[in-house]
Amino acid sequence: MELLINNEDRFHIISIIGDLDASSSVIFDSALEEAINSRQKNIFIDCSQLDYISSPGIGAFTSRLEECTQNNIHLVLYGMSEKIQTVFKILGLDLLIVIKESKEEAKNYVDDAQFTNTMH
Amino acid sequence: MHSLQIPCTKENLQEIRCFVENVLNRYQVSPEDIYFIKLAIDEICANLIIHSHHCNKNDLLEVKIRRENNTFIFEIHDQSNDNFNLLEYKVPDIQQIINDKKNGSIGLILVKKIMDDIELERREGHNICRLYKSIPQANR
Repeated sequence: MELLINNEDRFHIISIIGDLDASSSVIFDSALEEAINSRQKNIFIDCSQLDYISSPGIGAFTSRLEECTQNNIHLVLYGMSEKIQTVFKILGLDLLIVIKESKEEAKNYVDDAQFTNTMH
Repeated sequence: MHSLQIPCTKENLQEIRCFVENVLNRYQVSPEDIYFIKLAIDEICANLIIHSHHCNKNDLLEVKIRRENNTFIFEIHDQSNDNFNLLEYKVPDIQQIINDKKNGSIGLILVKKIMDDIELERREGHNICRLYKSIPQANR
């Protein structure tokens, strides 16, 4: 597995390339932790080149969900293959984690959420 | 019968997935079925490698695959004294897992949802985890 990390405007994007399994999830978990600790407010996970995910990879997301909510961080996953989406659905995580089709949709989601927040 | 024996390291999980994929491809199982079966086998093997064998490369794990009628039978053989029984383990719901930040149960939820049946056999320090999956569409 390989990770590509870059910042586009207000968005911190972590792209996962290859298999996220018990062997590689520690590296991804560190990257996600670093993004949260460096106070990134919009963390995007580009899954368009993610070929495979097993429970330690999924656990990297679930273990940090609450932290993201508490710190008003938008954690958004996008570009997942159908099979990987099904894995999230089997677990019921599609209802608890924000999953979008594309980077554009992810950006729109964050813009809408921030607009809604300023209205309140 | 197809068989793969490998040392208990996390790096070998990819080899196990390749082995499962190659065998199922011979029976022209659909890519979707292959994906989810690979996932279930990976979860069981990862659990054994990490928790029962503490990633000890001197310990061995064996994966066997055979087919009886429309059902594929996957056996994972190992030798450990771990008493964990996944059949008796009651998995919490996903919200509880998120609240407790305990991810260990996620893999077991997946295995139970993907596979049709799971059996555990233990005798004289030898353990077999047997997973059943019916795929009527596969070629003989």
